[in-house]
Amino acid sequence: MDTILQLLLNGLAVGCIYGLVALGFVLIYKATELVNFAQGDLLMLGAFTCYMFVVWYGLGYWAAFALAIAIVALFGAALDATVLRRVIGQPQFAVVMLTIGLGAIFRSFASITWGSEIYTLPTPFSARATRLGGVTVSHEYVSIIVGTVVLCAALYAFFTYTRVGVAMQAASQNQLAAYYMGIPVKRMFSLIWAISAGVAAIAGVLLAPVSLIDINLGFIGLKAFAAAVLGGFGSIPGALVGGLTIGLIELFAGAYLPHGVKDVAAYVVLLVVLAVRPQGIFGAVGRKKV
Amino acid sequence: MRFLFKTSYAQELGLFRDNVQRNWYVALFAALLVLPRVVPDYVGDISLVFIYGLCGLSLMVLAGYTGLISLGHAAFLGIGAYAHVFFAHDLQLPWIVSVALACVITAAAGVLVGLPALRMTGVYLTIATLAFALIIQEIFSRWDRVTGGLKGKPVDKPVLFGFSFASELAFYFLCLAVLIGALWLTANLLRAPTGRAWVAIRDSEIAAQSMGVNVAVYKTMAFAYSAALMGVAGALFAHKISFLAPDIFSVLLSIQLLLMVVVGGLGSLHGALYGAVFVAILPVLISQARDAVPAWHGLDRFVKQPGLEPGLFGLILVLFILFEPLGIYGRWMKVKLYFAMFPLYKRATFKRQKAYMRSERLR
Repeated sequence: MDTILQLLLNGLAVGCIYGLVALGFVLIYKATELVNFAQGDLLMLGAFTCYMFVVWYGLGYWAAFALAIAIVALFGAALDATVLRRVIGQPQFAVVMLTIGLGAIFRSFASITWGSEIYTLPTPFSARATRLGGVTVSHEYVSIIVGTVVLCAALYAFFTYTRVGVAMQAASQNQLAAYYMGIPVKRMFSLIWAISAGVAAIAGVLLAPVSLIDINLGFIGLKAFAAAVLGGFGSIPGALVGGLTIGLIELFAGAYLPHGVKDVAAYVVLLVVLAVRPQGIFGAVGRKKV
Repeated sequence: MRFLFKTSYAQELGLFRDNVQRNWYVALFAALLVLPRVVPDYVGDISLVFIYGLCGLSLMVLAGYTGLISLGHAAFLGIGAYAHVFFAHDLQLPWIVSVALACVITAAAGVLVGLPALRMTGVYLTIATLAFALIIQEIFSRWDRVTGGLKGKPVDKPVLFGFSFASELAFYFLCLAVLIGALWLTANLLRAPTGRAWVAIRDSEIAAQSMGVNVAVYKTMAFAYSAALMGVAGALFAHKISFLAPDIFSVLLSIQLLLMVVVGGLGSLHGALYGAVFVAILPVLISQARDAVPAWHGLDRFVKQPGLEPGLFGLILVLFILFEPLGIYGRWMKVKLYFAMFPLYKRATFKRQKAYMRSERLR
């Protein structure tokens, strides 16, 4: 029983990270129909930026956290304004290749700036744990879960109650109509990219104490794809539920199934979902009318 | 400017546009025959270009002509390579039989991926092939009995009908022959109803369906054919690198293959070959350019960092997508048209239409 609870906790924490990265995919996809294959690399940049401020410049953890989010978010907005806006309306393929190329550039940049070694980020939660009954609750995992919940609440409030949030929803539902209503659609898109990159940075910093920081941290994005697809690519709650599901499946597969299944469990789930229910759990079903 | 005056329908369907074009190809073939004599040191590298060309051809059929983007082609290459080595070494089958079996197996794998792919569109398919490739890579490293697992598997030189292709030169001609065969087959398929159906599916799936194209059959066929070509390429690739390990067939290789068709120019067979040459030559050019960089403010140390090269690949990809979506082939067409129409070149001929957001969402 304790083992199951322990796995449940760890799986939820890992799932939260997948969920956050998937959330980044979904935000951008909902708004601009671009699929950002570089989302995982933005996460990596976030983790490295935070590491740089904490270890190189000796800033406090929270200040570094905030700076990392701000920098990566700004970078995301700049990326949209300079590069990605040019490919809106181009075939999906162009976008996929473009973001893959950008991801390669980010990894290269990280390896030149910060080196290709493996780093640990010292945080207030590192290597501390509380025992609750038979379950070891490590503070790192708790920080991930709490961070995700707070972030989701904040995003929900932002999209429902603020003018900008509602304008963003409008822009992602129907660009032209939003434009007629006087919403600056381009600026909204840049803002969505900023939010998405910021979410990736948060995920990166939360993930950093659990998994070490190196330039290949971004490959977690591949598993987050499974989460996003499982939840239906255009659904925000779906992304989170998908992330949690993938995290739990992965941890339980690692514990109870033969060696090696853990690494591919996410992809097997992804393939099964795509084959059986391509629109995902929360996706809307629709027929194209010609 | 030269006009092509067609007098029969056979001309429309011919393999070559006119005699001039055919003569150019003959000249190219002759040049390739004597090439090993001219640059004997690079024979091995050129055969690698031929193998890349096969891979490019395979991906071009799928991505360039049918419009299905696969990020999992390294897996097909790997399946072909491992299957061939398993049949040729472990079971001691003749080379031709082994390659044919490898072909059949990769084609079957292609159908396996293609069938669920029928229900997906656009980016979902790309993600699905990516997942497939990652699973296959894990299988390569776990299935010790066939693949040799993480320890890897050595590969002998090919022996056909008792004749050994151990020398670089013989292997060069083997690769060339296979490439030409594949090109001929593909070019023929593309001017037959099959190819037309593929192009129709690429341009508009709904329109193709209404014109009576069985989308399911042709999409699966494209996957199977592309995978089978990849299987042949895999067999040759195994001989070329002479040692198989699971981490060769990674996502990065898939991306490199896709880079090849994008840089070469989507939707043309020429493009696949240009891309292959480009991908093979680029690392050589980069390393030579690195040595030439002067020691100015530590600039030489900066460019010699190992992490720079993937970034350069990424940068090239980004620049091509943004500024020359038709790739090298598209650029070549523009240059050709410029000279054909010499004083009257109109820049607007190739102007990209203003693109608005085209929704792929179902509403």
